[in-house]
Amino acid sequence: MQQIISFFIKNKNFLLFAVLFLISFILTLESHSYHNSKLVSSTNFFSGKIYKVSSSITDYFDLKEQNKSLLEQNSMLLEFQANSTKSRSQKMLDSTLSRNFSFTDAMVINNVYGKTNNHITIDKGHNDSLEVDMGVITSKGLVGIVNKTSGKYARIQSVLNTRSQINAQLKKSKHFGFLTWNTQNPHVVQLTEIPKLAPIAIGDTIITGGNSSIFPKGILVGSIANYTLENNDSYTVDVKLFNDMTNLSHVYVIKNKNKQEIIQLQSNNDAE
Amino acid sequence: MQNNQIFINTVRFFILMLLQVIVLNHINLLGYVNPYAYIIFILLFPFDGNKTLLILLSFLLGLCIDMFSDSGGVHAAACVLIGFLRPILLKFSFGVSYQYNAVKLNKVTFKERLLYIILMVSIHHFMLFSLEVFSLSHISLILKSTLFSGIFSTLLILCILLLFKRKEN
Repeated sequence: MQQIISFFIKNKNFLLFAVLFLISFILTLESHSYHNSKLVSSTNFFSGKIYKVSSSITDYFDLKEQNKSLLEQNSMLLEFQANSTKSRSQKMLDSTLSRNFSFTDAMVINNVYGKTNNHITIDKGHNDSLEVDMGVITSKGLVGIVNKTSGKYARIQSVLNTRSQINAQLKKSKHFGFLTWNTQNPHVVQLTEIPKLAPIAIGDTIITGGNSSIFPKGILVGSIANYTLENNDSYTVDVKLFNDMTNLSHVYVIKNKNKQEIIQLQSNNDAE
Repeated sequence: MQNNQIFINTVRFFILMLLQVIVLNHINLLGYVNPYAYIIFILLFPFDGNKTLLILLSFLLGLCIDMFSDSGGVHAAACVLIGFLRPILLKFSFGVSYQYNAVKLNKVTFKERLLYIILMVSIHHFMLFSLEVFSLSHISLILKSTLFSGIFSTLLILCILLLFKRKEN
């Protein structure tokens, strides 16, 4: 017994090191699996507060830029409203179809884009009825998907994350693939598994596909910058994002009101 | 440790942590190169201080950085590793008798200081990027990040140490 105790005392530094290293290794492993990085994250009260204070200072530096982008968005919406050919009664008729998605605005308080798995923190959480697996966009295009919420903050897994797999398609031909990121450039993401038959040209627009219940169909993603044919007869396309992921401020979180219903229906199919 | 040292190290812990998460994590030179200067805390921790305490504090510091940068436990792991290896590296850089000669980092020769900093930075960064990327097929990315970030961190750490050098005469 005494020998065991003296062994522990003699090697206490190494044992402490081993235990702490194991803990951090487990935390790392956990953070590499989607959804489960729940123990240590920037959505807690302490770091959320600090990020909020620091972003409330740095926000002043790009107010001009933000105003400009909001004005652009306003003019786009006005144009859309003016050119909308449908009369009011027609709008009422298909309102059940078009009102499936609701939008919540939020401010980015921390944005990381230099790592291989990037996250963004925003200043709204489940108190503002945000939930995990909601899509996030800006007026220009796609940003990412919410993957953790706390009371006042939420964390977004951005498209610049090697674990992201967002459904997207070509605007002109409906062939769809998955958006991934090869960590090389924060302005360019990769669209994989586009079939060889698809007509691809540089400059074509990529939009989100309606196949997932997260994003509505037709959210802008980017334009084709380059493409290569892979061995398995599918294209991997370099997509230049319309969004500047290195400079985000206002974002919109999309809530799909029918999501539960869709998921339920799909899981029913599996069971049969 | 004396009260004075406890105070200085506590202040250093928090200032370096805030500096790292608010400023240095957002530099992104060339798109992905960030310096990790918060390990100055581990570098400067009193050489005759309690080793167990250093390992614990290194873990805490790393965990705080992880919390802010949403990276799981990669910083914690890298910090615990250099906290644990520090006595060996000290012996390697300053000779076996560093404990008895009351060595201070700003009193040793520049060559010894540089060796110590480079060793600590490269071990920390290598561990950090290996865990962050977490795939053997991206070994070139790990090495590239370690090299570039390592150079950046080493230069920054040398500058910070030079700026806050205490005049003791």
